Amino acid sequence: MSFPIKFRPTLLVLIFGTVAIALASVALAYQANLIPASRLINPDDLVKILQSAKSEKPLMIQVGSHVLYSQAHIPSSEFIGPASSESGLQSLRKRVESLPRNKFIVLYCGCCPWSHCPNVKPADDALKAMGFTNVKVLYISNNFGADWVEKGYPIAKGD
Amino acid sequence: MLKKGFLRGLALIAVVAGLYFMARHHGGPADTRGTSIGKESLAPDFSLPDLAGQKLDLLSYRGKVVLLDFWATWCDPCREEIPQFVELQNKYSDRGLQIIGVSMDDGPEPVREFYQRFKMNYPVVMGNAQTGELYGGVLGLPIAFLIGRDGRISAKHIGATDISVLEKEIVNLLQSKAGLSRPGS
Repeated sequence: MSFPIKFRPTLLVLIFGTVAIALASVALAYQANLIPASRLINPDDLVKILQSAKSEKPLMIQVGSHVLYSQAHIPSSEFIGPASSESGLQSLRKRVESLPRNKFIVLYCGCCPWSHCPNVKPADDALKAMGFTNVKVLYISNNFGADWVEKGYPIAKGD
Repeated sequence: MLKKGFLRGLALIAVVAGLYFMARHHGGPADTRGTSIGKESLAPDFSLPDLAGQKLDLLSYRGKVVLLDFWATWCDPCREEIPQFVELQNKYSDRGLQIIGVSMDDGPEPVREFYQRFKMNYPVVMGNAQTGELYGGVLGLPIAFLIGRDGRISAKHIGATDISVLEKEIVNLLQSKAGLSRPGS
């Protein structure tokens, strides 16, 4: 099927534009920077919640690497697999599927500088899509070592 | 007409490509810069399997300048550094530089694929939590240790490192003869 010459430029624009937008979408999909501030929680605020006798304790889920989790993690947090992988996302969905949708959940990673973390945004998006309304993502600016462990916040080791 | 349409297409690609690169490289909160720390402690020895399953002992590289790089395939700053490390290995291997990658991935499969795709030219071993703890806790990536010929840690770089800074440190260590016969080393 040949297109009339006058439509070819428009067709080229549409094809190239679609490919370019698809590439940009892939790049943006993992951008932790795009998580709105209202969905973030700072380490010191989370520590206050954990140490308070009155506050509701969240379900904490580490969505990064197991090797990092084994070295140090927030006590009582669970490891489900890197959320940058489909298997990690499936594990996350399976873990939370039976929970009430207003359950307080905190997601965290800390593998890399915030702007480069491939795990927190996919995890947050997955929970949002499942209808969870009370989810916070722990804002770790540099990495878990610098922004949690070295600040003297509570940790646990191993599995 | 054809030319206008083509130019419109190019303009659209340029705009979207610009958005793409801004999104990839926008710093957001400041990225951790490398911190040079002069340490004199002996680099902890380890024996870990490489990607072929063969054991690699760090001690066997005593006498060389070693860049020990903790990284992972999912770590963006690591992926940006590795091609530069490949160049450094090419440039300085005959003067005694040995780069060793310690992958903190949860399994070797993605590492093998990465190794081929990035044409890595230095050994990569599979690290674990114990290795990380030996080196003071590898709780964020990348982290790189520069180890002198005497086996002592010369510098520790946390986060993506300015490669020109690292190269200067490597050259200094390659040129230095100090510590080669330090008592007790």
